[in-house]
Amino acid sequence: MKKIQVLGVGCAKCKALAANAEAAARAVGGAQMEKVESLQEIMRFGVMITPALVVDGKVVSAGKVLTVDEISKFLE
Amino acid sequence: MPPLRQVMVGACAAALWLAFYLHLEAAARWLTHTVLRQSTEQPLGAAVFFFTYETPKVLLLLVAVVFVVGIIRSFFTPERTRQLLAGRRELTGGVLAALLGIVTPFCSCSAVPLFIGFVTSGVPLGVTFSFLISAPMINEVALVLLFGLFGWKVAALYVGTGLTVAILAGWIIGKLRLEYWIEDWVRAAQVGAGADEEHLDWPARLRMGGAAVRDIVGKVWPYVLLGIAVGAGIHGYVPENFMAAIMGRDAWWSVPVAVLLGVPMYSNAAGIIPIVQALLGKGAALGTVLAFMMSVIALSLPEAIILRKVLKPQLIAVFFGVVAVGIMLVGFLFNAVM
Repeated sequence: MKKIQVLGVGCAKCKALAANAEAAARAVGGAQMEKVESLQEIMRFGVMITPALVVDGKVVSAGKVLTVDEISKFLE
Repeated sequence: MPPLRQVMVGACAAALWLAFYLHLEAAARWLTHTVLRQSTEQPLGAAVFFFTYETPKVLLLLVAVVFVVGIIRSFFTPERTRQLLAGRRELTGGVLAALLGIVTPFCSCSAVPLFIGFVTSGVPLGVTFSFLISAPMINEVALVLLFGLFGWKVAALYVGTGLTVAILAGWIIGKLRLEYWIEDWVRAAQVGAGADEEHLDWPARLRMGGAAVRDIVGKVWPYVLLGIAVGAGIHGYVPENFMAAIMGRDAWWSVPVAVLLGVPMYSNAAGIIPIVQALLGKGAALGTVLAFMMSVIALSLPEAIILRKVLKPQLIAVFFGVVAVGIMLVGFLFNAVM
């Protein structure tokens, strides 16, 4: 099972991305979800624009609200 | 280069856009005179004509500019901007940072990660501030509205003075050598590599432009309509010089008051334009209104609270102080020369 982390300090776009990530996780039959809201943690990923999406420890997107389909592609 | 098919579609769309744009005035005149039977000599007719002409004009401009800016932004990620700025000398770096602030995607909720990412990778503090001031202050929606409602001179003044304030404020903060007022944990922060460079093709960039239009125009159109409606009302009814006594150019103290009033107010650029329109229409001086608008957009208490995570209070105070003085100077300058 893949691990999804959504990075963001609680802005509206971060919530939208988290919701899409959850939907994508359900669509592919489950994934481990985590919301990362601590600034130190976010910086450890080197992300400068939130929200960002991390799959299995790798930053796959920053600054965009990806659609459910786009996220699903990273989970296959 | 974009593939031929996309160029063709783009050229057709641009031609159609231009055809609409050039016929707007005639259409509004026809609607006002022939359909609604109003004379533009009368207050009601003048207001109706103003609204029916300006609304589609500003919306068309907005869609075109936001689309083009969305495509331009697909070329400038924060990572690339940081690369361009790292290790620059202060003044050249500041000029570049202020310019990049216009085209790099930015949202105020990302100000802190961006600040840390810049400072820890060797972008000088002053250069970082030039970027952080210019990015929210020079906004494409405000630019379109100012161009549409007040003409290209006011729009150019807005960009020119915004860049100047961002460059000078950053330069001063850099010269003051205030690095020790950055919170200690920022220096020690472990900063990872970030996302890999995405390879975008032209269809993807065009989609990003389209997404920007849906996102931004979808959010700001009520403010735009409100702004134009306020403008139409003023155009038809409110006497000129209503505000002249307290915000006119003879009242020098109105500039600092406008800047101070703007700090606790927080609004995006689109929300402030209706107020700008109302104030200018009633005889307030351009410099005073411009100072008020810049203060509302560039200096906000929520931003100070966010930045408190990475900056000691003294540095936040210097940042706000320098930018506020810069904006006041812009206000005085305009009131003196216009």
